[in-house]
Amino acid sequence: MEALISIVVGVLTACGVYLSLRGRTFPVVLGLTLLSYAVNLFLFVMGRLTTGAPPIIRDGATEYADPLPQALVLTAIVISFGMTAFVVILALRARAELGNDHVDGEESPR
Amino acid sequence: MNHLVIAPLLLPLLAGVALILLRGSAAPVRQALSGAATLAMVGAALALLFRVSNGEVLVYQLGNWPAPFGIVLVADRLAAVMVLITALLAANVALVTVRGADHAGRYFQVLFQLQLFGLNGAFLTGDLFNLFVFFEVLLIASYGLLLHGGGRDRTRAGLHYVALNLIGSTLFLFAVGTLYGLLGTLNMADLAQRLAELAPADLGLVRAAGLLLFVVFALKAALAPLHLWLPGAYGHTSAPVAAMFAIMTKVGAYAILRVYSLMFGPDSGPAAGLIDPWLLPLALLTVAIGTFGVLASQRLAQQAAYLVMASAGTLLTAFGLGDGAAVAAGLYYLAHTTFAAAALFLLANILGKARGAVHDRLVAGPELPHGQLLAGAYLLIALAVSGLPPLSGFVGKWLILQSSLGSTWMPWVLGVLLVTGLLGVVALARSGSRLFFEIDPAASAGAAPRLGDLAAPLLLVLIGIAMVVYAGPLYEFSQAAAQQLVHPDAYLNAVLQAGGRVMTR
Repeated sequence: MEALISIVVGVLTACGVYLSLRGRTFPVVLGLTLLSYAVNLFLFVMGRLTTGAPPIIRDGATEYADPLPQALVLTAIVISFGMTAFVVILALRARAELGNDHVDGEESPR
Repeated sequence: MNHLVIAPLLLPLLAGVALILLRGSAAPVRQALSGAATLAMVGAALALLFRVSNGEVLVYQLGNWPAPFGIVLVADRLAAVMVLITALLAANVALVTVRGADHAGRYFQVLFQLQLFGLNGAFLTGDLFNLFVFFEVLLIASYGLLLHGGGRDRTRAGLHYVALNLIGSTLFLFAVGTLYGLLGTLNMADLAQRLAELAPADLGLVRAAGLLLFVVFALKAALAPLHLWLPGAYGHTSAPVAAMFAIMTKVGAYAILRVYSLMFGPDSGPAAGLIDPWLLPLALLTVAIGTFGVLASQRLAQQAAYLVMASAGTLLTAFGLGDGAAVAAGLYYLAHTTFAAAALFLLANILGKARGAVHDRLVAGPELPHGQLLAGAYLLIALAVSGLPPLSGFVGKWLILQSSLGSTWMPWVLGVLLVTGLLGVVALARSGSRLFFEIDPAASAGAAPRLGDLAAPLLLVLIGIAMVVYAGPLYEFSQAAAQQLVHPDAYLNAVLQAGGRVMTR
């Protein structure tokens, strides 16, 4: 399970880095989104992977899930969600004001 | 508990929320509320500074949860002085915004107050994840402020700024997650203590996380090669926003100083001295690149942006030297350069308006109304920015150069700072003669400058002059603050004992 999650985080990060290096705003926004997915998953598994373990103290439980990463990842999700909404609006506005969707505002000469 | 610690956070937060509710009211009401909150923040920052000036470290446990399980705010000398610098700068910028610079949108004052909330939070927090949250607060407010007023160049620069900072936030979270996964805590004092007992097998991962954090803070501080966003963002935004952003690169420098003195300082066990090989050379490179930008700039606001970058490099040079005297010199220089850069941005805007169509481009322009007064203000501010006597820039640079004398890096620091200082003087003198002496008879002047607009930049210069007059006591305070950083035992003790634990380091 650990190996699978690591591979997922790695693939998401690689795709995010690749897309955020592209020249158009839409792939860049997608890349930033994938990066935030990767980091949310990464934060989540930093509390270690457990199955069926309670996050708060309960009688008879021998194993606990770490509740803190769940709180952290919730904060991170909310922040990245808001930031994604903002960057989508900004990309639309840049498309309207600059007349194209290139991140530098002008087509690169070929 | 001492509620004074949280006052610099609550004032702008409550004012910001109130301003959202009052968005339909008349502009003077909103401006008065925002101005009053900013002035109250100056008062709270002064009170906090006096309270901690005896060396006491105030710890405020949010929700009364004991550290390290709850989140703490910590006010030591450094945090208090950063809050005061922010408050003084904000009061001067508020003076500009209430004179009508906020008319481009009704949410300007809201964003301004929330930016202050994020800045003060970043300076006062004692928790690494909380630092991330406050970074996001100040960043999202800065995105809104940066884009305020719109325009092609501003939108393009804003897009770069936002995308880069979002990537920076992602890296910050990766670093925080790695540290939590290895050490099981996010309280900075607790992290410092656990790093001292680090298992050798985990050393590589901790170093990777520490260097990732360094990349994030270096991006915020515009350390080369992560500086490319700064000239566009600062050079194209509106003047009060650019003036307020003069403190933003200092947040990155502050975070470097705080995290690396506390967690990776000389006594911190196996991971000590993590960024020492990187910080000083990159800082000197930043000064050099920034100065080339100053020389090549076509507009005064762009020149001011490159000067901010060069001064960020100078500041990090002082922090990179690392001993108490250098950090103290850096803190004095930090206060000076924040005020001087803000004054230059504000003056560039006044000059740009007065020069009509050529705006602040460094070409021959019309003869200016009140030209002698404007030229005098430019001379004062240029003297301060370029570090010539008798203004505070000279004292700051001199202290940094003096503190480098015992270091092995002495020839590099002296060479780079003195040569770039000379080039900066040349560039500012050339800009001044273009702006004031080269008259193009065909060009028509813009609206005559309102002399009241000069109040804010001249007040900032006045703060700089006060910093020279009181240089002795201020430098003693900086030294005391630097001692608290170089030997962080008082900070660790205060935080961990507030949580009922005994320090073992």
